[in-house]
Amino acid sequence: MSSDAMAIRNVEVGSLPLVETLHGWLTTVDHKRLGILYILSALLFLAIGGVEALIIRIQLMRSHNDFVSPEVFNRMFTMHGTTMIFFVAMPILFGFANYLVPLMIGARDMAFPRLNAFSFWLSFLGGLLLYFSFLGGSGLYGAGNAPDVGWWAYAPLGARAFSPGHSSDYWTFALLVSGFGSIGTAINIIATVLCMRCPGMKLSRMPLLVWLNLVMAGMVLIAITPLSAAQIMLVIDRYLGGHFFDTQAGGSAVLWMHFFWIFGHPEVYVLVIPAFAFLSEIIPVFSRKPIFGYPVMVAATVAIGLVSTSVWAHHMFTIGMNSYANSFFAITTMAVGVPTGIKIFNWIGTMWGGRIQFKVPMLFCIGFLFQFLIAGLTGIIQAAVPFDWQLSLSYFVVAHFHYVIVGGILFALFGAFYYWYPKMTGRMLSERLGKWHFWLFLIGFHLTFDVMHVPGLLGMPRRIYTYEPGRGWDTLNLIISIGAFIQAIAILVFVANLIISYFKGAKAGNDPWDAWTLEWSTSSPPPAYNFATVPVVASRRPLWDLKHPEDPDNQYE
Amino acid sequence: MAGLIIAESAIFTIFVVAYLFYVGKSLTGPTPQEVLEAPIFFTICLLSSSLTIHFAGKSLERGKHGAFLILWSLTILLGGLFLYGTGREWRRLIYERGLTISTNLFGTTYYSLVGLHAFHVTAGLFMLSMVLIFGLAGRVGADQFRRVDVLALYWHFVDTVWVVVFTVVYIVGR
Repeated sequence: MSSDAMAIRNVEVGSLPLVETLHGWLTTVDHKRLGILYILSALLFLAIGGVEALIIRIQLMRSHNDFVSPEVFNRMFTMHGTTMIFFVAMPILFGFANYLVPLMIGARDMAFPRLNAFSFWLSFLGGLLLYFSFLGGSGLYGAGNAPDVGWWAYAPLGARAFSPGHSSDYWTFALLVSGFGSIGTAINIIATVLCMRCPGMKLSRMPLLVWLNLVMAGMVLIAITPLSAAQIMLVIDRYLGGHFFDTQAGGSAVLWMHFFWIFGHPEVYVLVIPAFAFLSEIIPVFSRKPIFGYPVMVAATVAIGLVSTSVWAHHMFTIGMNSYANSFFAITTMAVGVPTGIKIFNWIGTMWGGRIQFKVPMLFCIGFLFQFLIAGLTGIIQAAVPFDWQLSLSYFVVAHFHYVIVGGILFALFGAFYYWYPKMTGRMLSERLGKWHFWLFLIGFHLTFDVMHVPGLLGMPRRIYTYEPGRGWDTLNLIISIGAFIQAIAILVFVANLIISYFKGAKAGNDPWDAWTLEWSTSSPPPAYNFATVPVVASRRPLWDLKHPEDPDNQYE
Repeated sequence: MAGLIIAESAIFTIFVVAYLFYVGKSLTGPTPQEVLEAPIFFTICLLSSSLTIHFAGKSLERGKHGAFLILWSLTILLGGLFLYGTGREWRRLIYERGLTISTNLFGTTYYSLVGLHAFHVTAGLFMLSMVLIFGLAGRVGADQFRRVDVLALYWHFVDTVWVVVFTVVYIVGR
């Protein structure tokens, strides 16, 4: 196979001149390199999306502020949302999945290495396409014009008449292109997990991270595709004069909302399930105990995957559905809380009685547990339809979903960075800088998003570019903005840590955390071929068996 | 391929839902009752191509190279006939009945759904033709039958979707 030849040549890449190194990265089909490329591109977009968030926060810092114009403000929140979901969260989680899944199941690479490379470049170029709109949004005459229709582009805002120029087209095609990339990756993960496990790695012995990513990939297949279909319809509307979402010709704006949220809500779980996956690997290792309730964890994940496909319309209580639909979606939404609660109890059960080591990855995971619980609770609050009527489209909602995505997913991701960075680079991240990062980010996060609930309750709507003084929102918004800047500083500490530790960090060795899954049995960073001999496993913790031959795990399973 | 089929099914589901949602909601004519005629013959063509591709795969597995090539070509022929049928129907609708994609909601949903399916048939025909070219060059041996089977799976999927589209457009929608 040509891919083998290419990967083996990459081994001595360090001694090659720069151009060839770059060429090697550009043409790579190695799952580890693609994983790192995914993560790096996501970090790039994280910085851009973060700057957009800061611009929003500066504008809202005080009433009647004129830091940016209303038009720019609309572009900022649209680009911030779109970037963070599609070009930060998805790629970074795919990156970790790409890197870890083959290593954890003892495989040589993903099932379709070239499809893997294709998917990465699709999603990366999708991101570039979105940002090209700043230049080409109005067809390159005059100043640029980024999409300003909100990240969900409700009809009729997306229609030709209300969104002239090409800005919405860039948005549409960026999402369409990166969506196809996501589908490719999902197919790849499923095929890899089902067909490439090493001998002895039964489904019941797979690490939970692999299980959860399998469920995630399955959800991508049925969640991303409705968005792609809806985008195709939007293109037909905009370019071929179709009437899907054109209310004047009998079309329906509500149909777009349904299609968008059929994608939109499962998408949250597509993002959070890999975060669960990180926790399920990190918490046991730093509690020095095997995971509590492995089969229940798997079952709960599958249950979340199934139930979350039938909750989408809880984003749409305010559009006036009939009471049966409202009740149905309220009940299913609350039902999702059950398997999620099971998971939280299982992680606490894992920590219970363990010898907990408060290393940085563990700190972030504990932060996740608290914050995700609160995020879940505010979610349940809003599942109550009358309460949602009051709070929908207010800053309470903004606080709620940032609690999920920042307080939950991003915290888990930071934990994953500190945990697997030694495997990816061979160097440890600095614990001291890591603790600075953790505490600064924690403080900034809570300043911003705890306080953000309050103006929402006081009636501050989202997406307004400024507000009247004397409504009691001023001080609160100032605190929120200060918190945002503290978070930005924490991110700078994190980036500094990534760079400094890459050159000066302590050597990691194969297994710095005394962990139990297969990726720690190979060198750090792993060679292109991953494992010199195909590993054979007999339990869920193959490295435990190796280290403790007198007390192997499989006699308890 | 099973993963791809799940993803594709979801896309088609959304288009079918849109079609059903908009049945009878057009504000202006022409309506499906006035203009649509069920393409029975071309449907039979497409559905029987599922049979021919199945037996083509079987012949390849048993090493009957000639039978494989004949049945495979027959599949492409039947698929091409179906595509011709769709083209003729569209031509009639556009030039004789004045129904285009921007005429009304029926036009939008009809051309999108049938067009999406026709696009998949075209993609399928393209892949089938590639296999045929390789087959004529003698590069498709009995050891390749699993790969050919994967392609056949896609073709069966396209046929199955047509059953759904046919039901929705020509039976329920009228």
